[in-house]
Amino acid sequence: MSAAIGKLIKGATGDWETVIGLEVHAQVTSNAKLFSGASTEFGGEPNSHVSLVDAAMPGMLPVINEECVRQAVRTGLGLNAKINRRSVFDRKNYFFPDLPQGYQISQYLSPIVGEGEMVLELDGGRTATVGIERLHLEQDAGKSLHDRSPNLSYIDLNRSGVALMEIVSKPDIRDAEQAKAYVTKLRSILRYLGTCDGDMEKGSLRADVNVSVRKPGGPLGTRCEIKNINSISFIGDAIECEARRQIEIIEDGGTIDQETRLYDPGKGETRSMRSKEDAHDYRYFPDPDLLPLEFSEAYVAEIKAGLPELPDQKKARFIADFGLSSYDAGVLVAERESADFYETVLAGLADKARDGKLAANWVINELFGRLNKEGRDITGSPVSAEQLSAIVDLIGEGTISGKIAKDLFEIVWTEGGDPRALVETRGMKQVTDLGAIEKVVDEIIAANPDKVAQARAKPQLAGWFVGQVMKSSGGKANPQAVNDLLKSKLGI
Amino acid sequence: MTDLTSLTLAEAREGLANKSFTSLELTDAHLGAIEAARALNAFVMETPDQARAMARAIDAKIGKGHGGPLAGIPLGIKDLFATRDVRTTACSKILGNFVPTYESTVTSQLWRDGAVMLGKLNNDEFAMGSSNETSCFGPVVNPWRREGSNTALVPGGSSGGSASAVAAMLCMGATATDTGGSIRQPAAFTGTVGIKPTYGRCSRWGIVAFASSLDQAGPIARTVRDSAILMRSMAGHDPKDTTSVDRAVPDYEAAIGKSVKGMKIGIPREYRLDGMPAEIEKLWSEGAAWLKAAGAELVDVSLPHTKYALPAYYIVAPAEASSNLARYDGVRYGLRVPGRSIGEQYENTRAEGFGAEVRRRVMIGTYVLSAGYYDAYYLRAQKVRTLIKRDFEDCFAKGVHAILTPATPSAAFGVGEKGADPVEMYLNDIFTVTVNMAGLPGIAVPAGRDAQALPLGLQLIGRPFDEETLFSLGEVIEQAAGRFTPARWW
Repeated sequence: MSAAIGKLIKGATGDWETVIGLEVHAQVTSNAKLFSGASTEFGGEPNSHVSLVDAAMPGMLPVINEECVRQAVRTGLGLNAKINRRSVFDRKNYFFPDLPQGYQISQYLSPIVGEGEMVLELDGGRTATVGIERLHLEQDAGKSLHDRSPNLSYIDLNRSGVALMEIVSKPDIRDAEQAKAYVTKLRSILRYLGTCDGDMEKGSLRADVNVSVRKPGGPLGTRCEIKNINSISFIGDAIECEARRQIEIIEDGGTIDQETRLYDPGKGETRSMRSKEDAHDYRYFPDPDLLPLEFSEAYVAEIKAGLPELPDQKKARFIADFGLSSYDAGVLVAERESADFYETVLAGLADKARDGKLAANWVINELFGRLNKEGRDITGSPVSAEQLSAIVDLIGEGTISGKIAKDLFEIVWTEGGDPRALVETRGMKQVTDLGAIEKVVDEIIAANPDKVAQARAKPQLAGWFVGQVMKSSGGKANPQAVNDLLKSKLGI
Repeated sequence: MTDLTSLTLAEAREGLANKSFTSLELTDAHLGAIEAARALNAFVMETPDQARAMARAIDAKIGKGHGGPLAGIPLGIKDLFATRDVRTTACSKILGNFVPTYESTVTSQLWRDGAVMLGKLNNDEFAMGSSNETSCFGPVVNPWRREGSNTALVPGGSSGGSASAVAAMLCMGATATDTGGSIRQPAAFTGTVGIKPTYGRCSRWGIVAFASSLDQAGPIARTVRDSAILMRSMAGHDPKDTTSVDRAVPDYEAAIGKSVKGMKIGIPREYRLDGMPAEIEKLWSEGAAWLKAAGAELVDVSLPHTKYALPAYYIVAPAEASSNLARYDGVRYGLRVPGRSIGEQYENTRAEGFGAEVRRRVMIGTYVLSAGYYDAYYLRAQKVRTLIKRDFEDCFAKGVHAILTPATPSAAFGVGEKGADPVEMYLNDIFTVTVNMAGLPGIAVPAGRDAQALPLGLQLIGRPFDEETLFSLGEVIEQAAGRFTPARWW
């Protein structure tokens, strides 16, 4: 497996390639912390979700939360990764005020999940494969609050001990676009699996980004790690400005120091946080309070059997079953909520095979278009999946035309109501009564002999008659019937 | 009525059940004894009000006929066990006046079974020591003295307060903990019985941690039977400690008096040290002879990696301790010595809060886990540990039921006599650390006296979770050697 080619950066001495590896920290969706029964709820009063274990009181012992283990295995399976049936918790020792134990319980040499891979779809139908190095479970730290007092810092331990999955990619990513696509897809998979809510604003998902630059095909350069970025667009921005910083230094004859840096989105630059010399010696060793984590093949199989359909599989199914374009299917599956909405629309259709693709068009073009315009998301859509199914059914069965359907959609969006009943009560039904349509056609032909002559000479002009008939029927005449009648009456 | 404090736990249990006396009377007798024995410095916290309240409550229950297996028995608790609303310090200045809001699993099981708490017992700071001289509350004095001498002797450590209090009849039994010999060595130094059960037999929850993979709780008592009675209440699975083992707790007392006929007793040749005092040799042979006389078979066994046990122990235990003690940082509880920065606050707090021995072990532990040294020290010590464990497994696989060794290389020494050279102190644990490294049960039983009339103990090492055999064999030695009671001078 070789990494994809990325966008090269032009420097004074030629092109440069960026080499990127990501460490994503994803908060495990669980009610309780990794090693204590305390709640993981976000936004409580400081120190309101803290157990004796989280506060590292004397004599307290960690007990693994089985649900967090399941979530990690679930995630590993979702990333097509190797599940290690034996893994070990280690202590990562360092002093910090918001780290009550004086060590973080993590997994060092034997993580719960090993290698896997993810295929990214990029613009223009290109793909890139990114290797997953490992996934391990670890505890989150608390939070230091420096803004409450001029000369004291306060500590909030609510997050202390919350379970995180650290998902480490191989250095297979070659530009900012790929990095963003990787995190976007990873986030989507986690959300499909229900193993992380992916809420980057709340810090549920954040990334450390390792960046180095080299001449294309040349030896790897020295990397810098940019810590704790909590937005996908910042990840892209940070990579671009860090790569440019490194290129500038090298082209000026300097060398890159391996160090940890922070990204400042306001200034659009990264700055040094600590150098390699200041790096901690974490003195990792197996946590003697915890036995190695071991589980059976059957346990993994049971979790595997319960996995939901993931975006890649769902996309392939949408294309195969409903003839969706790869692009449209991609749009629908990108977010679990969109895909779920579309699936609910499908479930409500009278004839899925006939109208599945029509439904996709309506979800993407009419609904998403309207939601985007109003800055709303799918969960707050005024038109429900059931209402949209009814609208698509009405079009598919020929009760209303596509044009009328847009009016109907507007009514449902603003006023609500059952689309089928609305069509009845507001007389929006398409007229398929041939006698009625014929009467209108005859009237228009009789009233416009000059146009008839023109149309007979130049059949393309028959469109004028179609328009007139539709107008006089209030758009309700069946366009196909109108066409057929006009053709025979005009003899064209 | 005889002095209630001189009864064994089993005798007191009978007296309470017969209503010959009440728990309150028994408790008061002990509270009086404690008050009169402050010169021993065994208790660091006396809880007479709580003791009397517990005694009254249990008396009411005994009256209704459901008191529990330890109903009304007054006990002392090593200060390493967290006791709810009662100061718990591990005898370290760094915990200051720390008062837990929780009760350790082992002590809550004792209270569940009706025992009464007299107070908290002195120990070496964070259980690091073999003489109880590292306690921030000062050394404990052994109730035993050399014949014709007033020199204060150490009770051993780290459970020195427990051993001293039990020997001096200040309590009927005590909780203790053992990481490298901290139950068995002080028991041997004070003529008491101490058992360290199999690793995982007792919950470690609520016990201040020293070295998590080695720490185990156990009792110190005046007889083998008393220790068996206490062991039953202390043992058991605890979901809050994942290293505790889910295995039924047997009626240990039933093992007392059981025939040891046909049991194979291993005599390990590697425990015969160069320059071992003749009286220790003699004690050992005597003990073996008693077991033989009781029908056991003696076999020479080899535990070839024994000589590496002590050095490996002094890598593993400090390594774990250096990490376990990181939480004492002055941020959340205990002592805080401010500084100009958080780093300085850590340094000031830990420099002032930890005593010299604790600081030494934290530094050793930090060193052996450091990048570049981990493989040479910690990893290698873990490999040695595996080999030590295998030595015992091989031995037991050959049908050996238990192994007999001396408990200590000497009798109790004087306060201040050792300590200039830490290694000299560490050598006290030479016969006991192997048992912790292998996670096995070991019992120390008084078996004789040295030339200065100080008690000496023998150690029996058992198969995993076979504490019962140790109680059976221990009682044979106890029967042959008799009981040892110090003359009261305090």
